[in-house]
Amino acid sequence: MKTFYAALVATTLLLSACGGGKTDETKTDNGKTEEPAIKEILGAGATFPFPYYSKLFDVYNNEKKIKVNYQSIGSGGGIKQLQSKTVDFGASDAPMSDEELKGSPSPIVHIPTCLGAVVVTYNIDGNPGLKMTSDIVADIFLGKITKWNDKRIKEINPDAKLPDLAISVVHRSDGSGTTYIFSDYLAKVSSTWNTKPGKGKSLDWPVGLGAKGNEGVSGLIKQTPGSIGYVELNYALQNKMPIASLKNKSGKFVTANLESTSAASNVDLPADLRVSLTDTDAPDGYPICSFTYLLVYKNQKYDTRTEAQAKGTVNLVWWVIHDGQKYAKDLDYAPLPEKAIKAAEANVKSVTFDNKPIL
Amino acid sequence: MTINRSYRKIKLQYIGRKEIRRINFTEASFKKMLLLSAIGLVVVLLAIFVTLLISSLPSIKAIGVGFIYGKTWDPVVDHYGGLPFLIGTLLTALLALIISIPFSLAVGLFLGEYFRSGVISGIFKNIIELLAAIPSVIYGFWGLFVLVPLVRSLETTLGVPPYGVGIFTSSIILAIMIIPYSVSLTAQVISLVPANLKEAAYSLGATRFEVIKNIILPYTRSGIFAGILLGLGRALGETMAVTMLIGNSHIIPTSIFSPGNTMASVIANEFTEATGDIYLSALIEMGLFLFVVTTIINVIGRRVIKRFSIN
Repeated sequence: MKTFYAALVATTLLLSACGGGKTDETKTDNGKTEEPAIKEILGAGATFPFPYYSKLFDVYNNEKKIKVNYQSIGSGGGIKQLQSKTVDFGASDAPMSDEELKGSPSPIVHIPTCLGAVVVTYNIDGNPGLKMTSDIVADIFLGKITKWNDKRIKEINPDAKLPDLAISVVHRSDGSGTTYIFSDYLAKVSSTWNTKPGKGKSLDWPVGLGAKGNEGVSGLIKQTPGSIGYVELNYALQNKMPIASLKNKSGKFVTANLESTSAASNVDLPADLRVSLTDTDAPDGYPICSFTYLLVYKNQKYDTRTEAQAKGTVNLVWWVIHDGQKYAKDLDYAPLPEKAIKAAEANVKSVTFDNKPIL
Repeated sequence: MTINRSYRKIKLQYIGRKEIRRINFTEASFKKMLLLSAIGLVVVLLAIFVTLLISSLPSIKAIGVGFIYGKTWDPVVDHYGGLPFLIGTLLTALLALIISIPFSLAVGLFLGEYFRSGVISGIFKNIIELLAAIPSVIYGFWGLFVLVPLVRSLETTLGVPPYGVGIFTSSIILAIMIIPYSVSLTAQVISLVPANLKEAAYSLGATRFEVIKNIILPYTRSGIFAGILLGLGRALGETMAVTMLIGNSHIIPTSIFSPGNTMASVIANEFTEATGDIYLSALIEMGLFLFVVTTIINVIGRRVIKRFSIN
């Protein structure tokens, strides 16, 4: 597997070497000595934030003349490539597990870049805006609530016209961070869910049909009357899909949008930022949210890595959590709230080269 | 041998020994090249098998033979059983074959016997070849937007749960995908039936249908079966279109209308984000399993072809 990824990176390197001669030029206008040239910063990982990252790295290239080559091969692949040191940074939707961290050659820091949310979407006549509680969602996906006009759904949606129609559940068939976040939420709110099926990127689903990707799930939902499923918030917003309001931990029904997603992370965060943001205490927060992370080694001096390359990587990450944040909303990603930026700053500052802090 | 020798003698008079040696060298090296290519392919096949076997060792050690008959596939607790996928694979492929056989036989007869040449035949042949050239993701899309609603209304009429997607829908798409393969082979062997056999039958007063029934089909049955086998191979391994239409449920299908999953499709779905060592290895073992199943079916198929052939 390692060799496969190495080959992949080698190929991309080769391709980019053929394509981009421009990046090698460094500006030395007015005789000013600038930082030593770095050719390129390499990253790989999560697919979810890819549109956001491509925008960011494009702006970064225009402003700083440093090309960032990001391959959206999936979080698992990003972690593996970072572990085999073929990239400058990895990217993952879920924080690395203790086991994954143990399997890494040296400590890795997590830097959140933005937030995503997972929403419950459905297809019933007229698509009324529905409210749901955590146990209703869990019981629907466990196959315990089977009809749309179930007493419990009716109770909290007295005004909605609910048909006498079987609920058909649609879930992701491919391993995915979206499934991880959704099942993490359900495992927290339902003890039955926690024992079986549990949380993970792929599950042994008790009921329902699987479809590949957000587009597969939404395609199947649009086609199947009476269906319900989950997709990423930005996908649902862009495709104007009906979204259920969920009751959060503080007892408030919250509509998923960028504000309520950002709000979910406005809580006390652990220092390493490896935190699950589902069902948080934030009073206005939407309950199924998550950070997406950039991953870099804490000690940047490894192998033949130059100080310039290390500095370039850290500067990029610093830029992403500050200047980069303003680009998030246009692309339907939720920007980091103040508390999260402060915590992320501390993590970036902890990165060292040869035991000296880089920033 | 004697002809060859006298040919050489004649050649010798005109071109000399040196030239002969050069020609012999070319002949020998050409033969060697052919041999090397053939061996190369066999080596690639063996290498794939060995790679799969080595990469699936962790899973084989952890799960054992339970992999073949286990009914649950649960990555959360690292429990992997492949039976639902094996059944899904065999069921979709066989159902696709059953659906495709009447069509491929009919079209094969049409192109191999009734309209062997001419404009109509040319148009038909090209269109059927085009069917084979369509990427499978497009078949998947077409299935999702056209076939699924049709199957759903059929299911509503029949009173089974109207999923739309499932084993039946995937089998129809697979049948359409494999028809070009069996048609081209079927038409080929039917057109090769010796004319004197057919003429003899006609001279005895046989009608065209009787000729087809009593001469053409018996004469070509091993070829026709080979065409079907070619289609079966494709149906077993088809991934993309099936993934989009089968419903991807990790359960053993209870009827042809229920959703299911195939071995190829579970690998395609879960491979990219499979992070655990055993998980990854179990998916590779699924590939090995598919490899073995395909081989077994091919071996059985070859025996049947042998028994079917007239000589």
